[in-house]
Amino acid sequence: MVRGSKKPRFGILDVIVLAAAIAAVAYVTYRVDSVLVYTWDWSAIPGYLFRYDEDLGHWVPNLLIKGLITTIRISIWALIVASIMGTILGVMRTSQRLLPRLIGWAYVEFIRNIPPVPFLFLFYFFISSQIIPLLNIGSALDQASPATLGVVEFLFGPANLIENFLSGLISLSMMSAAYIAEIVRAGILAVPKGQYEAGSSIGLSKLAIMRYIVLPQAIQRVVPPIAGQFITLIKDSSLVALISIQELSFLAMEIAISEQRFFEVWLFTGLMYFTICYACALAFGRLEKRMGRHLR
Amino acid sequence: MTDHGQENAQRFADAGRPAIIRIEAVNKWFDDFHVLKDIDLTVGAGEKVVVCGPSGSGKSTLIRCINRLESHEQGLIEVDGIELTDDNKRISEIRSEVGMVFQQFNLFPHLTVLENCTLGPIRARGLSKTDARALAMEFLEKVRIPEQADKYPSQLSGGQQQRVAIARSLCMRPKIMLFDEPTSALDPEMINEVLDVMTELAESGMTMLCVTHEMGFARRVADTMVFMDHGEIVEMASPETFFSTPKSDRCKDFLEKILHH
Ligand SMILES: Nc1ncnc2c1ncn2[C@@H]1O[C@H](COP(=O)(O)OP(=O)(O)OP(=O)(O)O)[C@@H](O)[C@H]1O
Ligand SMILES: [Mg+2]
Repeated sequence: MVRGSKKPRFGILDVIVLAAAIAAVAYVTYRVDSVLVYTWDWSAIPGYLFRYDEDLGHWVPNLLIKGLITTIRISIWALIVASIMGTILGVMRTSQRLLPRLIGWAYVEFIRNIPPVPFLFLFYFFISSQIIPLLNIGSALDQASPATLGVVEFLFGPANLIENFLSGLISLSMMSAAYIAEIVRAGILAVPKGQYEAGSSIGLSKLAIMRYIVLPQAIQRVVPPIAGQFITLIKDSSLVALISIQELSFLAMEIAISEQRFFEVWLFTGLMYFTICYACALAFGRLEKRMGRHLR
Repeated sequence: MTDHGQENAQRFADAGRPAIIRIEAVNKWFDDFHVLKDIDLTVGAGEKVVVCGPSGSGKSTLIRCINRLESHEQGLIEVDGIELTDDNKRISEIRSEVGMVFQQFNLFPHLTVLENCTLGPIRARGLSKTDARALAMEFLEKVRIPEQADKYPSQLSGGQQQRVAIARSLCMRPKIMLFDEPTSALDPEMINEVLDVMTELAESGMTMLCVTHEMGFARRVADTMVFMDHGEIVEMASPETFFSTPKSDRCKDFLEKILHH
């Protein structure tokens, strides 16, 4: 393939596409403005970002910012947990032994072929009623020192919502892990056989070959699809609103209903998601350029 | 015993070296395909064996059996007194005694030249980072590319990459080195820099088994020439006898083709 000059070219087709896009936006604006006769009112939004706390005497984050923080928190944790689980499952799926391969396969197919909504409800019910009580978090936190409590709240959010947060986190991680496992598996399979042989011939164990030779290369190769999966994960975190995890979408829904300002609240919420996701996309774009440049 | 089995025993007795590799009556199949047929080969410590033969004759398979990259179905392979079986512990013991250099180099592309060389010593031998580094630099100097230590393999020429691969193997301080067509993937002008390194290695007394079609190198370095065809060892002789008076027609034809082209 011959690459043309780097300068972006602007042809007749681009003009048509651009004109069509502008026309579409103009039409929707027109419908909303003059047919729906919608009167925009953004005045409620800022109050939900921050509010002045009379008792404390300073500004504190209000629902939308709290929701955003919870969304970021749950996304980061889910990203970490799902990456670890996904990597282990991906390695299991390429194992030479039958049992790990079978377990990995069953897990991936189970998750991939059930839509997220039934999965979330089923798992939420199971996790919150069976697993979370076992952890006994409530009583553990009651006995914790203020310093520990501070750290825990910074990591997992308000103490009274931790069980709720963990349920959402586990469900989200379990879903995402299946997709990451598939990506990691593809990455592992793309590493040439000669790499394993070279590793064996310098006396490395199978585990060491996986850890120091195969996985680093596999992961460098799959940065772009993993980035896509991470962004999907952030967007999917809005699904946990369904199981009453108090993240951005859940709180936005409450505000939209109580204020009766659907367009404004959801447009603003959408913009908040867009900002996080786009920032991630940019960060991964940079990472992609740095990593994998030595792989042929 | 097969003909070459008797040849092998005779040759080995004459040389009077202690055996370091013993291959006896080895057979191997890929499904229905009989790839190694009754192979007998004894290699003495410090001996240089060059294996040649037409494509598909089983040369790679034979030397890959020695460090168990392939497993044999029948017969005995013993390396430095350890018999090769399914026992994983023995296999890794043997692998750290036996270095291997591949046609396609197989360097680790995500690691620098230095890291390629230190990975084995650190992770398989348990050396400290500093010791491994010193060791690696010593061997990178031997193969004459210490100045490339911090580059990545993709930044090197083919000849340089193959020399790194040799250094990487030597860093495990092996007793035996296996080479599988180490110069076949190289541009002609780079072949000699690799052969020179191999010649020096041979002069240092290393036990070497090379699959190669570089007959000039074979004449200079080999103690024993082995000719394989269709999974059999057809001929086994000193280079003088091998090149001047090959016994079998198959070997004559092969030498004819390879020397006059
Ligand atoms: N993993 C495998 N499965 C099935 N057949 C194989 C496998 N590896 C090699 N073979 C076959 O075994 C035969 C011997 O292969 P081998 O690689 O040992 O030959 P070779 O003498 O090294 O040839 P070349 O000069 O082409 O490298 C070939 O016919 C090859 O197709
Ligand atoms: Mg071969």
